[in-house]
Amino acid sequence: MAVLVDANTKVICQGITGHQGTFYTEEALTSGTKMVGGVRPGKGGTRHLGLPVFDTVRDAVDATGADASLILVPPPHAANAIMEAIDAQVPLIVCVTERIPVLDVAQVKRALDGSESRLIGPNCPGIITPGECKIGIMPEEIFRRGRIGIISRSGTLTYEAVEQTTSKDLGQSTCIGIGADPIQGMTFADALELFMADPETEGIIMIGEIGGTAEEGAADYLRQIRGSKPVVAYIAGRFAPPGRRMGHAGAIIQHGTGGAEAKIEALRGAGVHIAESPYAIGDTMAEVLV
Amino acid sequence: MKIHEYQGKTILNAYGVRTPAGRSCFTVEEAVTAAQELGGEVWVVKAQIHAGGRGKGGGVQMARSLEEVHQHASAILGMTLVTHQTGPEGKVVKRLLVEEGADIQREYYLGVVVDRGAQRVVIMASSEGGTEIEEVAARTPDKIHKITVDPVTGLTRDQAQDLAARIGLPDSTLDQATDLLVALYRTFWETDASLAEINPLILTGNQDVLALDAKLNFDDNALFRHPEFQELRDLDEEDPNEIEASKFGLSYISLDGDIGCLVNGAGLAMATMDIIKLYGAEPANFLDVGGGATTEQVTEAFKIMMRNPNLKAILVNIFGGIMRCDIIAEGLVNAAKEVHLNVPLVVRLEGTNVEKGREIIADSTVKIVAAESMSDAAGKVVAAARG
Repeated sequence: MAVLVDANTKVICQGITGHQGTFYTEEALTSGTKMVGGVRPGKGGTRHLGLPVFDTVRDAVDATGADASLILVPPPHAANAIMEAIDAQVPLIVCVTERIPVLDVAQVKRALDGSESRLIGPNCPGIITPGECKIGIMPEEIFRRGRIGIISRSGTLTYEAVEQTTSKDLGQSTCIGIGADPIQGMTFADALELFMADPETEGIIMIGEIGGTAEEGAADYLRQIRGSKPVVAYIAGRFAPPGRRMGHAGAIIQHGTGGAEAKIEALRGAGVHIAESPYAIGDTMAEVLV
Repeated sequence: MKIHEYQGKTILNAYGVRTPAGRSCFTVEEAVTAAQELGGEVWVVKAQIHAGGRGKGGGVQMARSLEEVHQHASAILGMTLVTHQTGPEGKVVKRLLVEEGADIQREYYLGVVVDRGAQRVVIMASSEGGTEIEEVAARTPDKIHKITVDPVTGLTRDQAQDLAARIGLPDSTLDQATDLLVALYRTFWETDASLAEINPLILTGNQDVLALDAKLNFDDNALFRHPEFQELRDLDEEDPNEIEASKFGLSYISLDGDIGCLVNGAGLAMATMDIIKLYGAEPANFLDVGGGATTEQVTEAFKIMMRNPNLKAILVNIFGGIMRCDIIAEGLVNAAKEVHLNVPLVVRLEGTNVEKGREIIADSTVKIVAAESMSDAAGKVVAAARG
């Protein structure tokens, strides 16, 4: 067991013939992910990296039975690519593309309402069940299959948590980078629900950061369910100055909300163990996991 | 991206949001001519800087004669305006807006933002105009009314009229106010704004509803489809280091400390700042070299950091995922050769191609302190900065 993706997940890549699409499709193939094709309008009927290329997501799904899509399409076209995947009823859509206009994502979010699809991202590293399936851009070699579920708003900070759980011999069941844009698909609470129900996952690590109220939402959810699995959280940006955007659109303390202290307090109130520094994430989990 | 009030008003006018008539000016003479051409007996001379709180800082003055327009324009142009949003160093005023005076009967607040909780565009309105909306929210949250907009339908006239009535605009003005709200929402949506704020919205003695102030910010990620906004950018209002960084696709923010940070990924960059603080020191900057940085970008990142006279040490913290460690290592070595590296450099590399990256550094002539983990790196850089 794992969460959302495993060895049977059939994956297509939207934007497969591009530079990034090519690189990460090759990586996925190397890691053993069941890549079954790709989409590039105008190149339907050709092959790329030994995989069939289709003009539309609908064609790709009909021909391959794909149940997940990795989107590596440039920002101006990324929202349309997600819409196309929703329209083709792809169950799991992972959008890595960053810098998509936020109002485009607002329309995507609206299209997800009542649809058959689940979206991870945009602006995220993707999802991986080590040894079985990788849909995204994470460096495979730092992962080891194990018992910790990881959910993160950050990219490289996720790898930090992965590396620490690997070196503590805890390993990962599944790792989900939910992304850090102001409007996004899957939330912390959605991912927590999946990990709470997964028998392979014994503990959960949440990596949050300043901006928005997603961490407070996770705290509300945890208070309601009173789950039995320990949750460890690290929140980045405790010392970030208010009103300044830290790198990407999501990370900003604004209008008195989004500060790290309020998030930490809410999570503590829900029984979450807080890692005080980014290097203490693995240690904190090892301590509480008995 | 931020723009000036007068630029925002021009855009709002084009969408049908009414404002007092006004002209932008760069000199005192232009200001007087503008007042003459506008006519009337009362004018307002307003400093144009990218920060709020201009009135309290003395940047907005009423004039009852052309002499007073001359006086105020002379005083405001070139002054260093300090407000709660400029920081203690303030901003030098280089542009003015001269507007006809308005007969203000009541003041209201309107704001359009992307609400992360609702995951949609939200319009906020209040009867408490003219003050900071954060203060209203803190003191009297029941006086802020919100409407969430469905992106499929956009703001409907019914929603707009309901909102206008809730903040207490008189019945006789509701049609006007509805028009204005619908136009404001259209401006926000069609220009890819990240903020559209009118504070205050005013009701005049003649029962006109006008936008007395306007703040429009745009979503940087959507600027590719609005090339016309490029000419609205005022580089005088931006940090030169941040401009230089953005040319190379780097995300840089100047801070007050003395330890330079070069990190890949915004989350890890914030965590690196946090850890430097935990070790009792202060970061000199936030610098995210992003996912796919090139050797050239890393070199430029070093040059920008090293312009800071307070810099005592540099910490490079890279976890290679998309960004491979050998690329970073090459960039480090090149940068160190190109710029005169006069402060200690602590480097922590981890992730994709880490061995290759460490080899490149070891084989070079550059003096680098290698660190094993984040805590090791933070400890070493803080020690190095303290000499």
